[in-house]
Amino acid sequence: MSLRSPRFAALAISILLLLTLPAWVGNPYYINIASQILFWAVVALALNVLVGYAGLVSLGHAGLFGMAGYTAGLLLQAGHGHLVADIAAIVATLLTSAIFAILSLRSTGIGFLMITLALGQILWGIAYRWASLTNGDNGVNITTRPEFLGINLANASAFYYATLVVFGLAVISMAVFVRSPFGASVRGTRDQARRMNALGYNVWLIRFMAFLISGFWTGVAGLLFVYYNQFISPQVMALQTSAEVLLMVISGGTGTLLGPVVGAAIVVIMKNVVSAYIERWNLVLGVIFVAIISFMPEGLVPGTARLWRYGWHRLTSRKPSAGDKPGDRAQ
Amino acid sequence: MTALHVNALCKSFGGLRVTANVNLAVEPGERRLIIGPNGAGKTTLFNLITGEITPDSGSINLFGQDITHAPSRHRPHLGMARTYQIITLFGRDTILRNVSLALLGLSPLRWNPFINIDRRPELVDQAREALAHVGLEAIAERPLSQTSYGERRRVEIAMALAQKPKILLLDEPYAGLSIDERRDVQQLLRKIPRDVSIVMIEHNMDVALDFAEKISVLHFGEVIVEGTRAEVVNDPRTKEVYLGH
Repeated sequence: MSLRSPRFAALAISILLLLTLPAWVGNPYYINIASQILFWAVVALALNVLVGYAGLVSLGHAGLFGMAGYTAGLLLQAGHGHLVADIAAIVATLLTSAIFAILSLRSTGIGFLMITLALGQILWGIAYRWASLTNGDNGVNITTRPEFLGINLANASAFYYATLVVFGLAVISMAVFVRSPFGASVRGTRDQARRMNALGYNVWLIRFMAFLISGFWTGVAGLLFVYYNQFISPQVMALQTSAEVLLMVISGGTGTLLGPVVGAAIVVIMKNVVSAYIERWNLVLGVIFVAIISFMPEGLVPGTARLWRYGWHRLTSRKPSAGDKPGDRAQ
Repeated sequence: MTALHVNALCKSFGGLRVTANVNLAVEPGERRLIIGPNGAGKTTLFNLITGEITPDSGSINLFGQDITHAPSRHRPHLGMARTYQIITLFGRDTILRNVSLALLGLSPLRWNPFINIDRRPELVDQAREALAHVGLEAIAERPLSQTSYGERRRVEIAMALAQKPKILLLDEPYAGLSIDERRDVQQLLRKIPRDVSIVMIEHNMDVALDFAEKISVLHFGEVIVEGTRAEVVNDPRTKEVYLGH
């Protein structure tokens, strides 16, 4: 990417806007919504590693997300420090991801989806019914947010910046992963698993590692979630959450970097902003998804890029061309 | 030492014996042709040799090493490469990336999530070199979706050759090619150095006959004739299989 390319300009402007967001948004309510978008975007990016790059559709990520939140919440409640609670939460999420992966990678496609769904529901069931450990439906409260480099994260702007740092790290790590040999291996197992095996790759282990990467970022986002709300209950581990995150990925564009972020923004804004005006906001969200799937089946980001190139082409040359095939830009 | 030694190999799918007591000994540098009518069990034999399916009994040795029960993904690391009759490539990637993936399969770099794959000269240069061998260097950057069937066949071969195999298994490399494309592939295969043993499957005898030093005729899973080109062509059993009574 050269310094003068439009992509670089767009990137620079986005970074500037994100960095100055609390200044121009002002209202803490909206700053908080921005924080929500960012940590849901991290979950969507994490799920995209499996859905977009490994070709494995999981409906169990709410379980992993809640695993991190609950582990941290319960340890904090028991009087442990933030560092211990956070590290334990990530370790617990990685171990759970490993178990999920071992059980679900016996299969791909619908089989994989059903096993992850079942495993996610088991974790939800534990959070809901094992009340002596998890406090059941009443959930877990935590009293404080941590301090980050000496800055207290209690106010909206400070928490926003902490979330932005984590989000930035997640995006950078995804961008590096996509261009790396391991990223190419993961995509190879999505496109031609049999061939990859015949070329000397360990397809199972590649998928397993991809699952762990996905689980890691889901756990990180789960921590941000529990610190943001200072509360976690079984509701967030329900199937609805897994489905919403999957919709973020699919509506934004699977296998792209920006798609899951855009998808997360749509869902969070619908939930928080539109729901204030329209009681049946779920209906509006549904209509939006149907529209996206009908007119841009590849997702909003690749779809917009396609329209943009098509429009540009028509502007620059008189003869309209047949346009680009869908999914051209998807890696 | 034989390059590839297949010993009393058997495989049945239910009641159907698709590989029946097959013995095969391929010397280093040899060009071996396996012919047989449709359904003779040629591709199954390849799938057994490459480990994609497990034999019921018998053994497979690669340069003296017993690989009968080695996982198929280990076999490329031991010097075995194959092409597929039904082209099996990475349709969303460029030609170059397809070949880089073949190289990456044998490199420990394949686990690295941090470096940029396009900036590794050992991958990119070697991939270009392999593409130069099959005459596709000029269109290396082209997406695979914009290539012809004949070009894809050559990509298949480039990927196998990029892995610098000691034994190369070609599954009907001429299938679906025009006469011109066939000639190109023929020349290409002739250029492969003699330190590579080649086993080729073909069901059309005329196409591949001049390639082979030794020919095995497979029929209903059994090797019914084996010998030099002249021996096999003149054997009455070959004629029976191909022409009927």
